[in-house]
Amino acid sequence: MDVEQTALPGIGLRHEFTTRSGRRIGIVSHRTGRRDLVIYDPGDPDRVCETVTLNDEEADALAELLGAPRIVQRLNALHREVEGLVSLQLPVPPGTPYVGRPMGEARVRTRTGASIVAVVRGGQVFASPGPEFVFEGGDVVVAVGSRESTAAVSDIITRG
Amino acid sequence: MHTAILFLELGAILLALGVLGALALRVGISPIPLYLLAGLAFGTGGIVPLATSEEFISVGAELGVILLLLTLGLEYNADELVTSLRGNARAGVVDLLLNAAPGAIAALLLGWGPVAAAAMAGVTYATSSGITAKVLSDLGWIGNRETPVVLSLLVFEDLTMAVYLPVLTAMLAGLSFAGGAVTVGIALATVSVVLLVALRYGRLIEAFVASPNSEVLLLKVVGLALLIAGAAQKLQVSAAVGAFLVGIALSGELAEDARALLIPLRDLFAAVFFVFFGLQTDPTKIGPVAGLAALLALISMITKLLTGAYAARRAGIARAGRARAGIALIPRGEFNIVIAGLAVAAGVHPDLGPLAAAYVLILAAFGPLAARLVQPLITAVAKRA
Repeated sequence: MDVEQTALPGIGLRHEFTTRSGRRIGIVSHRTGRRDLVIYDPGDPDRVCETVTLNDEEADALAELLGAPRIVQRLNALHREVEGLVSLQLPVPPGTPYVGRPMGEARVRTRTGASIVAVVRGGQVFASPGPEFVFEGGDVVVAVGSRESTAAVSDIITRG
Repeated sequence: MHTAILFLELGAILLALGVLGALALRVGISPIPLYLLAGLAFGTGGIVPLATSEEFISVGAELGVILLLLTLGLEYNADELVTSLRGNARAGVVDLLLNAAPGAIAALLLGWGPVAAAAMAGVTYATSSGITAKVLSDLGWIGNRETPVVLSLLVFEDLTMAVYLPVLTAMLAGLSFAGGAVTVGIALATVSVVLLVALRYGRLIEAFVASPNSEVLLLKVVGLALLIAGAAQKLQVSAAVGAFLVGIALSGELAEDARALLIPLRDLFAAVFFVFFGLQTDPTKIGPVAGLAALLALISMITKLLTGAYAARRAGIARAGRARAGIALIPRGEFNIVIAGLAVAAGVHPDLGPLAAAYVLILAAFGPLAARLVQPLITAVAKRA
């Protein structure tokens, strides 16, 4: 699949591609931060027939929905399951082993069975952080799992 | 007493412009033609001639031109200009040749002389980037695949202006060929130096201008623009080009912030500028040239359609998109009036002002309407094909 990038002088950038079913869709990124989700007319492939304007928050939400469907599914499954499901907020104190290292290296899910569903940093929430997410001292990790597994996450974060 | 009358007149004008702007918004056309009409009504031979505020308005109009060009420059950065020049030079040259020709030929046929021909070439050449940008966004054409073609033609035109305006200024000043050549040389050198400085040392200028305080930023940007504009005028390079180049030298977030601060100011003074042009034009003189203006408008609509079709075809756009590219290029507006204003101030030909006014009135009003009317038609045709 090829994503085509075109500069729009004075406005910003446009990315577009054609889906396997033959529809062409694109994103216009304005310099002001506004995003337009555009869908091209099948009868006139150069013309946009539908434009949906998104602000920062909405664009993030859409990206998350499209980019992380499996994480959402997993969370839903977890919530439906049982009582005994624990969600813990674990601080990452400065000077602990994983500060400055990507989350993937902690292999939390493999080692404990619990999932890190979010990291809170300075009041900002990073939902569904990927393995490349780098911890900083003072982060708060939100882990979901059984009582034992979340306790194990706490051990990993503080002691390595 | 003088101040009281000045305020009364200015207040009445601005209020009238506001009401006209609201009307334009409702009908879905650009307010520029209505501002011009307001100027015609207030000016000599108009319905309500002004007594005292003309002097203030003329200074306001000069500021309007500076601010128009400054904000235009802020929209682009030097990288974009260079890339666009490389990629679209051929379409840009076609645009220049096809659309400068109607004005120049008309002036020559009328026997107005080469200087008027140069000015009229500019009047028919430049598409109004302001009106076109608005048409693109109002009709939801920004995402369209022919839109980059249209935008890069606009960039090319604006850059051509940076060379054209100094040349025109030199011609209007009635300099000898040698003197004119020197001025043009200075102009070209200035433009290249500024572009080079903007590309290489843009950061230094930005570091100087940047401020977290919007008041400081506003004063620094406007101050710098006026200073460079004044210096450019002294060198016979045209103040407008100086301001444009300042806008280009600033880029990124800083340019974005500065533009947001300047836009209200620009809207105020640009409106004053259009009124001022109308003021200088005697409405009774428009009647005799109206037919000519309509003919010129028709011809240059066709040449813009051809330009758009050619440029879009080169970019691999299908037939409907080619038509849309041409239509988007039809509106004329601020630049054309800026050029005509320079020519009128130099007293090139008494009929040039009325002709340019009528011409821009037609195309600024009709361009966006055409786009709106033709859109469903093009879509229907494309669907059937």
